[in-house]
Amino acid sequence: MTASPILEVKGLSKSFGGVHAVENVSFALRPGEIVGLIGPNGAGKTTLVNLLTGVFRSTAGEVYFNGEDVTRQRPHQAARRGLCRTFQIVQPFPDMTVIENVAAGALFAGDANSRGEAEDQAMEHLNFVGLGAVARTPAASLTLPNRKRLELAKSLAMKPKVLMLDEVNAGLNAGEIDGALDLIRKISASGVTILLIEHLMKVVMSLSQRILVLHHGELISQGAPEDVVADETVIEAYLGAKFAERQKRMAKDV
Amino acid sequence: MNRAFVLFGLWVLVLATAPFYADNYIVRLATFVCMYSALALSWNFIGGMAGYPSFATAAFMGLGAYAGALSQKHGLPLPLAWTFATLFVAAFSALLGWAILRMRGHYFAIGSISMVEVLRLIISSWGDFTGGGDGLNVTIVAGGPDFVARLFLWVMLGIMLLVFAVTVAVDRGRLGFGLRCIQQNEDAANMVGIDSTAYKIAGFTLSAMFCGTVGAVYASWVAYIDPTDSFSILLTLKVPVMALLGGAGTVFGPVVGAAAFVIMEEVIWARFLQYHYAILGLVIVFLIFFLPGGLLRIDYKKMLARIGVGRTA
Repeated sequence: MTASPILEVKGLSKSFGGVHAVENVSFALRPGEIVGLIGPNGAGKTTLVNLLTGVFRSTAGEVYFNGEDVTRQRPHQAARRGLCRTFQIVQPFPDMTVIENVAAGALFAGDANSRGEAEDQAMEHLNFVGLGAVARTPAASLTLPNRKRLELAKSLAMKPKVLMLDEVNAGLNAGEIDGALDLIRKISASGVTILLIEHLMKVVMSLSQRILVLHHGELISQGAPEDVVADETVIEAYLGAKFAERQKRMAKDV
Repeated sequence: MNRAFVLFGLWVLVLATAPFYADNYIVRLATFVCMYSALALSWNFIGGMAGYPSFATAAFMGLGAYAGALSQKHGLPLPLAWTFATLFVAAFSALLGWAILRMRGHYFAIGSISMVEVLRLIISSWGDFTGGGDGLNVTIVAGGPDFVARLFLWVMLGIMLLVFAVTVAVDRGRLGFGLRCIQQNEDAANMVGIDSTAYKIAGFTLSAMFCGTVGAVYASWVAYIDPTDSFSILLTLKVPVMALLGGAGTVFGPVVGAAAFVIMEEVIWARFLQYHYAILGLVIVFLIFFLPGGLLRIDYKKMLARIGVGRTA
């Protein structure tokens, strides 16, 4: 618990014109943790990931990676440092083969020194996520679940230290989600710190050691999963004030 | 792939030996084939591999022509003047790329084509130094017409081979892979660790510098340049059309496209002087609608089978 944080965020804010998408958010990730990031639609979860990976420039606040100030880094620098992410809306290189997609990660952000070496590494990652059989087909021909797996393989090829998984399970059916959970556990076991952005409570609750809750761009709660779901402000944010009130009364009656 | 290299080698041989079996008219045509192949291969780095539709070819060629001619006028020997033009255009394009590669798609296309006009106007107005609208006489290479025709055929062929070799190296290496990723999805390319700004500038500079060489050599060849001829809007449109005709982004496409286009221009267009531009327009429309991948991406076996040729096999 006392290990120094691998990623530390201090007072991070981002506004688009008058809209405060992320407002004064501070938290830290310790090496090897799985932390869930939840919040209603439009809470600013993806904006936060974009800030951490250099896609957006923050309006205020700082980001530290292993103690180094990386607030003003650009996306390719984040990737090379090992701050990797998957996209909620999958972003493959459509006309390239599946293995080329993953090899790009290994070559440009990972430690592969040649295209041959990158493809060898890519094949390992594809076997790991279960896409070995379709390695030579164009990425555009993959089904949605397989595209999500491709995103995962691509980020693994980049040798991530912190992996931000932006809704990797959205749109998957129950069986596919179990498979994905397995994968995430295995990745975590290999020492990668994981920030899990997720809508599905089943996934968050079963994987996360800690949960952060974002609402209207602000961090309204953080802590152990069971504490966070019992937190009144969280229930209010998700279900509205009226419902929270009624639930409290019902709890008293029992 | 190997068969393609053999065919390419044969084609180079046909071009190189033109003076021994054909008259100077054909030699001149072969020189134009080499020149446009070098330009189309150059365009391919930025337009084909990276997917940035550049229309700046004539800007770089014209700049190279003037850089070569003026440095020669101020005392540089010919090969050094050509080298200087190449390096000057490379440096210029790297700076220009840094500025205009922030634009994407149509904006980049307009930005790049405007460079042709801007440079033409600068050269035209700067009369004291460049000769302005009167043009500039370039020292005629000594040795008589036959020798000069051969010399420039082989020099242009040499440039074409050089750009081809660079294309093969880039295509197989890290830079080519990175440019293709950018062409497919620039945001995702950034996310896998590609410094897209640096890669695009590298691609843009490669696409420009050999146009500079071609321009300088062209100036020595024709021995007289003026702003309108050097910064030709028609040329800046023709070169991408050639690359697209053969197959943009492929290694051999620009060579096939340039040869097909120059020969087509010579055989057909010379007989329809009035309809020159109309035919170019039709070619572009045809390309966009029916051959978006270019001549090299057509499945010829399937096509032959459909007509019935392959049925006996």
